[in-house]
Amino acid sequence: MSLSVLLRHQFPSVQIAIEFEVPTPGVTVLFGPSGAGKSTIISAAAGLLRPDKCRIVIDGQALADTASGVWLPPERRRMGLVFQDARLFPHMSVATNLRFGLRRAAPGPVQFDEVVELLGIGALLSRRPHTLSGGERQRVAIGRALLAQPHLLLMDEPLASLDSARKAEIMPYLTRLKTALRLPVLYVTHSLDEVAELADSLVLIDAGRVIGCGPLPEIAARADLPLAQRDDAGAVLLCRVTEHDPARQLSRLEGGGVTLWLPLLDTPIGAERRIRIPAREVILAGKVPESISVHNVVPGEVRRIADDARGHSVLVEIALADGSLISRVTPDAIVKLALSAGAPVLALIKSTSIEVLGA
Amino acid sequence: MAARAVGFGLPLAVITAFVLARFRFPGRPILNALVHLPLVLPPVVTGWLLLIIFGLRGPIGSLLNDWFGVRLVFTTAGASLACAVMIFPVMVRAIRLSLESADPGLDQAARSLGAGRLDRLLNVTLPLASPGILVGGIVAYATCLGEFGAVITFAANIPGQTQTLPLAIYAALQVPGGESKAAELSLVSLALALIGLLLSEWIGKRLNAALGR
Repeated sequence: MSLSVLLRHQFPSVQIAIEFEVPTPGVTVLFGPSGAGKSTIISAAAGLLRPDKCRIVIDGQALADTASGVWLPPERRRMGLVFQDARLFPHMSVATNLRFGLRRAAPGPVQFDEVVELLGIGALLSRRPHTLSGGERQRVAIGRALLAQPHLLLMDEPLASLDSARKAEIMPYLTRLKTALRLPVLYVTHSLDEVAELADSLVLIDAGRVIGCGPLPEIAARADLPLAQRDDAGAVLLCRVTEHDPARQLSRLEGGGVTLWLPLLDTPIGAERRIRIPAREVILAGKVPESISVHNVVPGEVRRIADDARGHSVLVEIALADGSLISRVTPDAIVKLALSAGAPVLALIKSTSIEVLGA
Repeated sequence: MAARAVGFGLPLAVITAFVLARFRFPGRPILNALVHLPLVLPPVVTGWLLLIIFGLRGPIGSLLNDWFGVRLVFTTAGASLACAVMIFPVMVRAIRLSLESADPGLDQAARSLGAGRLDRLLNVTLPLASPGILVGGIVAYATCLGEFGAVITFAANIPGQTQTLPLAIYAALQVPGGESKAAELSLVSLALALIGLLLSEWIGKRLNAALGR
């Protein structure tokens, strides 16, 4: 089951030639600098822009295809669209806004009560949009789009206009939606935090081209992509909580083919959590150090070494049994450890440097 | 009479304003000029043109009379028509302004939610333009009561039928000793104009507040 997108369009300043395929269901994040063509994909998918060539296929069904003439107007396309600004209808209550698409769509799997409960907007139903906070407004906009029973949910920087507190408030709802509704989502953002929290697949776009596409844990740790050059670069592992050790104040998580100890979590055993390991927090070693505070000494193999010209440092991508890590070290460290592609290496990860994200 | 002029004129003004605000077509400048013509033309000329077109021998007036037995010249209906033509530009301008200030993003949102063209017009565009439409209607109504030139030319000055306030004032001034009556009527006219303007302001504010603006 997959979502495949093909888009070609000639703008006066830039040529867009994008093609990718990702598994469904799941959240596919389109990530890249402004003007790279991310929003063009959203507009074309929604039918608001007619590109020179476009083909969108979900699970074998062509939703749009300029070549075979399947090009429906936005109102008949059933694409859920969430904008940066909520765009709620100011003359309608929250409930009427939510039902706007629902009333116009054929009956579908998304239920009114379920969406209201998932997004926590039950108390807002009789309010007017202008009395809501930015975060509340955006939650209502997401609910409204979902209730129109879309084939695909398109979100164009839905959190970009919110401050970090509002973002933090809305993020848990998005994570819940992700697991509760089996709906493919295309999500555009500039924020690496949102990528780490939400993405199942990541498509990196630059100057109208796809420069990297794959599952988030794979792309996030790739040393040869521009993503790795960022100060906040880091690997993502999908883990399961397997043990709590209250005596030592530690929790054990397994994922990516390795075992990691983290400061005690209050999640139930068996829960799934994604964790983020920043590249600058990963220490490399040739042999197991003795008498050291680090709990996690993870064996791996160097897959790729890439220079970061700007930071006078080097990015080392490490293959684990079933995942990847990335580490930022000095060029001198590479020489000292005699690292090269294929060499075995130990990654030392401080328990307290690991960020625990949502499911 | 004024109510009838606004009642018939307003829907037409909404359509015209919508067409002018949303579409680009070859005859658009001409339509725009035609709509605004009564604003610039001396009202007497407008009345005279109406007389030519809707008079008993005019192209439309003769048809109306032959087919339906409707006579517009020198009748209340005729006065309404003259008023409607005169206030048309006022209404179109007010409505067009509010249509053009509406957020096109909301239209896009409605489209993505499955609303077709007419659906969007009725449920999104017009409700959002309602302050402009109402304010335009009220101002037009007040203007109607004061219409002079076009009405006297097309519908004459028949007390109780086609006589507007300024016509009555004018008539009173022609009669010796009619000054006090003219003064009374002028006060009424002043009060009506003030009420119209204040009411439109107040309603516009209330509606905009309800829309969260």
